[in-house]
Amino acid sequence: MSPEPFLGDVEHSPVRHHILSVLVENKAGVLARVAGLFARRGFNIYSLAVAPAESHERFSRITIVVDAETAPLEQVLGQLHKLVNVVDIGDISPEDAVERELLLATIATDVDNRTTLLDVIGAANASIIDVDAHHVTVVLAATPAGCDAFERALEAHPGVELHRTGRVAVPRLGVPTHEPARSR
Amino acid sequence: MELTGAQALIKSLETEGVEVIFGLPGGAILPVYDPILDSPIRHILVRHEQGAGHMAEGYALATGRPGVAMVTSGQGATNIVTPIANAHMDSTPLVVVTGQVARAAIGTDAFQECDITGITMGITKHNFLVSSPSEIPRAIAAAFHIATTGRPGPVLVDLPKDVAQSTMEWWYPAGVEELDLPGYRPIPEIDEAALERAAAVLAASERPVLYVGGGVLKARAHEQLRAFAERTRIPVVTTLMARGAFPDSHELALGMPGMHGTYAAVTALQRADLLLALGTRFDDRVTGRVSTFAPGARVIHVDIDAAEINKIRRVEVALRADAASALEALEALGAAPANLDVWWKEIRTWQESYPLVYDPPAEAGPLRPQHVIESIHAASPEGTVVAAGVGQHQMWASQFWRFEEPGTWINSGGAGTMGFGVPAAIGAKVGRPERTVWCIDGDGCFQMTAQELTTARAEGIPIKVAILNNAYLGMVRQWQEMFYEERYSEVYLNADLPDYVKWAEAMGCVGLRARTPDEMRAAIEEANAINDVPVVVDFRTDTAEKVFPMVAAGASNDDIMVHPSQRRDA
Repeated sequence: MSPEPFLGDVEHSPVRHHILSVLVENKAGVLARVAGLFARRGFNIYSLAVAPAESHERFSRITIVVDAETAPLEQVLGQLHKLVNVVDIGDISPEDAVERELLLATIATDVDNRTTLLDVIGAANASIIDVDAHHVTVVLAATPAGCDAFERALEAHPGVELHRTGRVAVPRLGVPTHEPARSR
Repeated sequence: MELTGAQALIKSLETEGVEVIFGLPGGAILPVYDPILDSPIRHILVRHEQGAGHMAEGYALATGRPGVAMVTSGQGATNIVTPIANAHMDSTPLVVVTGQVARAAIGTDAFQECDITGITMGITKHNFLVSSPSEIPRAIAAAFHIATTGRPGPVLVDLPKDVAQSTMEWWYPAGVEELDLPGYRPIPEIDEAALERAAAVLAASERPVLYVGGGVLKARAHEQLRAFAERTRIPVVTTLMARGAFPDSHELALGMPGMHGTYAAVTALQRADLLLALGTRFDDRVTGRVSTFAPGARVIHVDIDAAEINKIRRVEVALRADAASALEALEALGAAPANLDVWWKEIRTWQESYPLVYDPPAEAGPLRPQHVIESIHAASPEGTVVAAGVGQHQMWASQFWRFEEPGTWINSGGAGTMGFGVPAAIGAKVGRPERTVWCIDGDGCFQMTAQELTTARAEGIPIKVAILNNAYLGMVRQWQEMFYEERYSEVYLNADLPDYVKWAEAMGCVGLRARTPDEMRAAIEEANAINDVPVVVDFRTDTAEKVFPMVAAGASNDDIMVHPSQRRDA
């Protein structure tokens, strides 16, 4: 667990979003089913992350940040539950979520920018994980807002190649998650 | 017992109790067609794969059992996409088996390859690509389970050719728990608190309406509906998908609501203080402009599909349940509204002022389509099953036929699939051979799928087809007349081209033609007397005839247009 970076733990996002943690059967085409549902019903996906879930063999977890302006959350949940391969949906509002996202960036360095770059990396609590004579690669695991801020800070440096994973989230401890739609 | 995948597939269908498959073979499905020769399952060889799909739908709608269709890969599969989409819209239980190229060839653009599971992802309830022969029984058992439970719908099973050719040790899932469907929980528990709220809302109501949709037929809840309606005396409207769920002859029946609904049904919904919506989805063809639909009504919405609740209309009480269980539970609570005498008095005024009417036909013709439908109804046996295509003739059939029991109205609702009628009628007749089956069709629809009458003749399926031939794509013509200043663009079909009598005869059917009321009565009598081959009657109807009442697209249901003869301001 990395310490909170100075760039802030601001949980605000420019759009009204909601985080769905969707447990799906680990079968061919499942991601297409989920993505296709969002596309044909006009629900906007803000970010999406997929990985094997707790019991790796059978299930995967898709973390979807949905733009709640494009469709009522109840409708998104109702339609998602109808997908046969969707096993469970955790529905977390942003204020009740602990969110993290991984950022990888390779930045060109030279004598002119090295010091300021190292300052930015240090201040953000990012880590250098690879170097050569002219580049550094850094990693940051932070809130999406923290990643946003780090990304802005790196914009001053030319030759940045940057990748973000999309966020994953779990409910903040002590806050009950919303009931899944099916048990209404 | 060692079986090939193909044998296992047929044996799985037998195990599921399938009595008939509608299909057409081709390369990738070839292995599966061999064991059909040794199976008690009847196979009906269609002339186009779309016909197989609609026949399976007609069979399902008439019997309540899932329809089964089987086609080959590639364009065999794409040809059945329209029926699958239609079944998805109308929640009709179908199991469609498609052949697929061999596993090693998938993804290589092989001959007759297409990604049918990808294509049908959004129009099936679920689909499977079977990856090994030992998985066939589970895929078929799961397909039937998913197609027939919860909100029913079409399920597609895609079977690679080499899977059909490989061998497996026969087994069959013993029960639902062996289907490996951890995410599929179709049967909700009724929320008791919601039930009590529903009873309270109902008790406070003075102008309730039972807004009955196709879900009542799917749940086989017609008896519960009748008992509930008769005890509470709540007026009943039956949507296009629910015709037959409540007898039209019943004193509580107001008929069909919506764009071409009866004045009483449309207006009762508009003036209601409570809608008890059963297995219905507030379709735009029922609501008109949503913001002005039933403005004073609270809504109790009963639906098996949680995603339908609050989708179009915010509800007062959500009851996730099938219509039968919900009605039984409400019955057990004795839920009832106040005395409805005042409400009924108002409704009776609407019924008396604005019944369904049409101008009588002239002795020399042309025929009135509504009169043809009423005449067929009067001359045909009780319990006759009616199928329709899509358009004016469909609306008139829904308005002027009198539906008294479930499974007697076979129609394409949500998708509005032209050409549905003839093959759907064939499927219905296969499922209920003891019934007379009439297809009320339009000349436009008939030309889309008429080739299946060859199938009907070859397979000994004696349906009767009434073509209401007005020489136009009539519904489009009606809109062009009313909303496009009579600028008729690409809607004329020509009543004499094709010659429907000769076409019918070429397909081995009896072909008849009627231009006047006398000829019409004689033709109906003759058609009803023929029970060994299909009959096609070319009824020459009035081109100018329009469907009324009508609510224009996007208009408020308050702005319903009645028949010209009923317009007080005319």
